[in-house]
Amino acid sequence: MSKYSIFSLARNAMSFHQNWEKVWRSPEPKKQYDVIIVGGGGHGLATAYYLAKEHGIKNIAVLEKGWIGGGNTGRNTTIVRSNYLWDESAHLYEKAMKLWEGLSQDLNYNVMFSQRGVYNLGHNLQDMRDIERRVNANRLNGIDGYVVGPEEIKRAIPALNVDAGCRYPVLGASFQPRAGVARHDAVAWGFARGADQHGVDIIQNCEVTAIRQENGEVTGVETSKGTILAKKVGVVVAGHCSVLADMAGFRMPIESHPLQALVSEPIKPVLDTVVMSNAVHGYVSQSDKGDLVIGAGIDSYTGYGQRGSFSGIEHTVAAIIEMFPIFSRVRMNRQWGGIVDTTPDACPIIGNTPVKGLYFNCGWGTGGFKATPGSGWVFAHNIATGAPHELNAAFGLDRFTSGFLIDEHGAAGVAH
Amino acid sequence: MLLIECPWCGERDESEFSYAGEAHIARPLETEKLSDEEWANYLFLRKNIKGLHRELWNHAAGCRRYFNVERNTVSYKISGSYKIGEQGPVGDDT
Repeated sequence: MSKYSIFSLARNAMSFHQNWEKVWRSPEPKKQYDVIIVGGGGHGLATAYYLAKEHGIKNIAVLEKGWIGGGNTGRNTTIVRSNYLWDESAHLYEKAMKLWEGLSQDLNYNVMFSQRGVYNLGHNLQDMRDIERRVNANRLNGIDGYVVGPEEIKRAIPALNVDAGCRYPVLGASFQPRAGVARHDAVAWGFARGADQHGVDIIQNCEVTAIRQENGEVTGVETSKGTILAKKVGVVVAGHCSVLADMAGFRMPIESHPLQALVSEPIKPVLDTVVMSNAVHGYVSQSDKGDLVIGAGIDSYTGYGQRGSFSGIEHTVAAIIEMFPIFSRVRMNRQWGGIVDTTPDACPIIGNTPVKGLYFNCGWGTGGFKATPGSGWVFAHNIATGAPHELNAAFGLDRFTSGFLIDEHGAAGVAH
Repeated sequence: MLLIECPWCGERDESEFSYAGEAHIARPLETEKLSDEEWANYLFLRKNIKGLHRELWNHAAGCRRYFNVERNTVSYKISGSYKIGEQGPVGDDT
């Protein structure tokens, strides 16, 4: 596979860009692999990539029931940040942030990671106390960030309404300068290309229908393309992990909810950073194309339909208009939903399961995109060695029995 | 938009209700004898069914009473509501 560079661009320009080779192969599945990854989203592809690159395991299949980047990887609002309150999650997301910072070079694929900063607004005294506490905790963990006042926010984001008289006045915000956005499709494609270059077979339109096991050990999976054997199976399925756990014979502390997002028509540059608010509950950034990328909270009820409720749209748009009255007449272009697997403590479940050789990486809830490279990094280690990486040791399924929950609900902000 | 039937007030818009999770989870008796696994099972583990799901709803902006609903979690079609303690309907799985 050729390297992308200014020279390959010039060479392909000679043939009018008709002869670029495919970004990844689409092989038929082999009978047997060393490792099977179920789920070809960003996290699954990153896991396969780091397994091949860091751990030397090349005989890997990634099974995707739809197409690469068609699930939550292509449905999120692309925000990347690491300003989580508790040590365990701060370390995990900060590992991801460090990988993000070198990802385009590492993958030789432009993931358009743009560190334009993220503001988390505070609208009342308690918000501001929580923000100060979180920023202090972040700084003790080596994560950048500081507290800013309304004047500085107004200077940075002129379109934001910071009038003292509004319903939810902006009293301040936390700001993480290294946070930002990345192009979500490019992340999936870049990891797919990287994994493919290391010999990983990416098999699309291949749905897992059963997990084979013998004497409490996993032996492979049944799929819509036949039986595929492997001694190690890593399940990385956003939205369907309870379904997969049910196949393997155990239950998860997870409920799946629809989460929706919308984008506006493209408008001229108006917002060069990311603004999030927990109190009015919405978040917005502007893509390079000019569309406003808008998201908010999950629908309260569980659901596997990839669409959100109308009242959800109303809440989302109301929150955005509260913050940015200037956007009130911007027309919305598209709206969509994804299924997010939420856990009781709003933290992922990464690690071993009751079945030997079967590993789960799931429950990322509403904020998994930002962790994509870090999630793949620790899960690859977990699968390769059979034991958790130090960064995901605290995120095991056993924490719901031991009581060592990592309560990020509200602490890191419900809005992701 | 879901149209939910409250067993006491009749059919109302979804915005009048709040969701309260999986139904028919009984609090275990003799809680002092429960193991950690049994506690985890009661507190955290959920069926999270893809298909027909029985769930608790509260008519928050109405009579404020809890009741059960059977709903398909893929099509979101509601097959019926019933009061707590009653035997619910069994809808088709579509």
